Amino acid sequence: MSTEALPQLTAKDFASDQEIRWCPGCGDYAILAQVKKVMPELGIPLEKMVFVSGIGCSSRFPYYMNTYGFHSIHGRAPAVATGVKLANPELTVFVVTGDGDGLSIGGNHLIHAIRRNLDVNILLFNNRIYGLTKGQYSPTSEIGKKTKSTPMGSVDNPLHPLSIAIGAEASFVARTVDRNVQHMAQMIKRAAEHKGTSFIEIYQNCNIFNDGAFLFATEKDQKDDTTVYIEHGKPMIFGKDNDKGIRLNGLEPEIVSLKDGTTKEDDLLFHDEKLAEPSLAYMLSRMRYPEFPEPMGVLRCVDQPLFELGMQKQIDDAIKAKGPGKLEDILLEGDTWDV
Amino acid sequence: MTTQTKTPKSVEQRTDVTIRFAGDSGDGMQLTGTQFTRTSAIFGNDISTFPDFPAEIRAPAGTLAGVSGFQVHFGSEELHTPGDIVDTLVAFNPAALKKNIDDVAEGGLVIVNEDSFGATDLKKAGFATNPLDDDTLSKYRLIRIPATKLTKEALKDSPLGARAVDRCKNFFALGLVSWLYGRPLEPVIDWIDKKFGKNPDVADANRAVLKVGHAYGETCEYFEHTYRVDKASLPAGKYRRIAGNDATALGFVAAAKLAGKELFYGSYPITPASDVLHALSRYKHFRVKTFQAEDEIAAICSSIGAAFAGDLATTGTSGPGLALKGEALGLAVMTELPLVVLNVQRGGPSTGLPTKTEQADLFQAMYGRNGECPLIVIAAKSPSDCFDAAIEACRLAVKHMTPVILLTDGYIANGEEPWSIPDVNKLPKIEVTHPTKINTNGDGSEGFLPYKRDENLVRPWALPGTPTLQHRIGGLEKQDGTGNVNYEPLNHEHMIATRAKKVALVAKDIPDQVVEGPTEGDLLVVGWGGTYGALKSACERVRGQGKKVAHCHVRHLNPFPSNFGDVLKRYKKVLVAELNCGQLRFILRATYLVDAAALNKVQGKPFLISEVENKINELLAK
Repeated sequence: MSTEALPQLTAKDFASDQEIRWCPGCGDYAILAQVKKVMPELGIPLEKMVFVSGIGCSSRFPYYMNTYGFHSIHGRAPAVATGVKLANPELTVFVVTGDGDGLSIGGNHLIHAIRRNLDVNILLFNNRIYGLTKGQYSPTSEIGKKTKSTPMGSVDNPLHPLSIAIGAEASFVARTVDRNVQHMAQMIKRAAEHKGTSFIEIYQNCNIFNDGAFLFATEKDQKDDTTVYIEHGKPMIFGKDNDKGIRLNGLEPEIVSLKDGTTKEDDLLFHDEKLAEPSLAYMLSRMRYPEFPEPMGVLRCVDQPLFELGMQKQIDDAIKAKGPGKLEDILLEGDTWDV
Repeated sequence: MTTQTKTPKSVEQRTDVTIRFAGDSGDGMQLTGTQFTRTSAIFGNDISTFPDFPAEIRAPAGTLAGVSGFQVHFGSEELHTPGDIVDTLVAFNPAALKKNIDDVAEGGLVIVNEDSFGATDLKKAGFATNPLDDDTLSKYRLIRIPATKLTKEALKDSPLGARAVDRCKNFFALGLVSWLYGRPLEPVIDWIDKKFGKNPDVADANRAVLKVGHAYGETCEYFEHTYRVDKASLPAGKYRRIAGNDATALGFVAAAKLAGKELFYGSYPITPASDVLHALSRYKHFRVKTFQAEDEIAAICSSIGAAFAGDLATTGTSGPGLALKGEALGLAVMTELPLVVLNVQRGGPSTGLPTKTEQADLFQAMYGRNGECPLIVIAAKSPSDCFDAAIEACRLAVKHMTPVILLTDGYIANGEEPWSIPDVNKLPKIEVTHPTKINTNGDGSEGFLPYKRDENLVRPWALPGTPTLQHRIGGLEKQDGTGNVNYEPLNHEHMIATRAKKVALVAKDIPDQVVEGPTEGDLLVVGWGGTYGALKSACERVRGQGKKVAHCHVRHLNPFPSNFGDVLKRYKKVLVAELNCGQLRFILRATYLVDAAALNKVQGKPFLISEVENKINELLAK
């Protein structure tokens, strides 16, 4: 084994030679920058990384990374990534998808990838709109959304990515937002370090077709009251003056004030991302603006068996039991006779 | 009506015999047929089988919809089909009799379980009167066996319950037919011991009933004679029985070994392809990775991902599944990755006839994608040929960096024949290379060109994990060489031409089209896929009558062998016989301007030899 240290990579090493073709001002730029910034911290060589995507604005992502990359077809990135990881489990695999790609045309693949729990990192850029097809409502658009395809407003209920991921019992679920780059970097790093499928929803502004969709979570004058940054083992406190908290009332969360002294910190809900039972995480995923502050951070992080290891173990067990396969043996299976 | 006669037994010599076992789906007819086949193969006959069962697991008992049949053709000569006409029908209920009687030869044996011909059974099958008692069966030699009653009697001391006892009656039929055709019982007894070793009561019961059936034949004196079918003089070698789906699975495993690769098979269960998934999932000790995906699309997409990362990637399905895989096949064409897509064809369109055979997916295989999207298409011609065809598909995929569609069909997938087991050491190695260094020419630029092509227009297969070769691929149009996204008009035209030429060049890497029979003459019969046996037999028959008729069976459907056009010109007439409405014929007419005639059949059933023979004679008489 070589004792030579790996060359220290920088964000620049992760940039490909391709011109970036997102609209100026798109939230995707911030995400790309943070991914490039975090990657060197993982200590993984460029060539061991694969970025797989589907179709949509977000799915152009792999072209801009100087790693291996696969820009596949609409909705299918989780399936392609599954094949990559099973063929070579030593690769670090990222899936980059969007709300239309991951939750509409590719919803089936997303939930099945999550339930299998391969060690793959899924970044879902949620801008609540179809951008690349120029502005139709998406499965995460709010009811009543007026778009080119819904001039009188959409009438269907939106999906909530975190609830879907937790419903499929994802072993790692987090949310962050494009404008909070430090937090996003932390989330990406934690996702990459998690063994198992990690799912991050990134609120991402589409400044062309859905500008300001997440202002509530990014604007200085309101974000403190409309988001709650959750941390393992800590009480859920939010508000400009850290004067509000989330308390559990039966099976429902409620907002309480810490100002009047009737509720103490100890009465609040303390976050536990490691609970085997996903109900708390699911409850958090249902805290939605404007009724509740929306949780940012890691909702769930638990250890669960990895699909690729399960597959590998069966292969190893079969070899142990039968010896390495010999072609002659299986050709001669069953009854044979000589002529 | 001819019925039971009591005459002394003689032995009649036959070169070949066709038996069909038919009964309700729960009567165990597939098992009876399989065991009879197995015994005949071990005995040394050539065999060919045709299982025919409903798509429903258990259709209403006693109805026509629930009839399950298993036909076995065995002989002392080489056989190529499961037989046109049934010599002996074993019918376990009135529905089975009704559904199959028209296929029985005049004067043929019809053995029925008379205990299952009660009023309700007859009504379910739509008989107004009992066909055993009127002249319905006057053309046949009817043998009425009280199989249910005799089975019950034989097992009166068995600890088994009434239902379990009733389930043994198929072994009565097997014992009886084994006696009639001089088959040894030992192979069946060995099988029973192995299969029911942990359940000795069941083993004892089946063994006892089998022997009772055998003894019944000897003592009942209802048969005029027994039959002898001698061993066949097959080419020397070690043999086993093989069904097409098993052969395909073995071919994939062999190809992976020959290529020094791990096999990845992503698949979603679908009739009649699932048996390939089942077979491969038992070969984990070959490091075979079977992945049961959430749907057909994920099955192929996972395989594409596995191909990108360096496995020998395969996926398998049947017609409706291939339709779902269409978009991803386009991705594999665009990204120029090696991938084998097995399509075990069944009757279509839509869900169609899941358990019945057809060859109507040729157009889908050739053209069923958006854009100009050529790929290699090959077809297997018989159960055992699936092994070679699977290896060939893998070889071409990795050598030419392209998806390959391998067509088989329900008939050869489930049908069995003897297989001269190949010598592993004589199988052709599959060369695979992966670049490890950048490949840019001396233009000063450093880097790796993922679409830099060799003399066959094949791009390098650079694997993730290889230092310095990082590159991105995808479904958007590529600039040749760099693989960068490119929408320029002339580049697109160039890339379409290049992908087409790459596939066309494969013609240099495949064998010439061979012809069985005269190299020129009055008629060339052209076929592809699972019709091989019927076409071959029909052509041999008419050649035996002095006719100048040749048979050419096409394995490589895209591209065609280089000499194919010349072959077609050497005959006065060309007949394309296929189990669809003329798909290969359409392509041949368009490609070679040949005025080919057609023989088409879309009944979910294979060709009879006689159907092909009649068409040949009709064309020759014109």
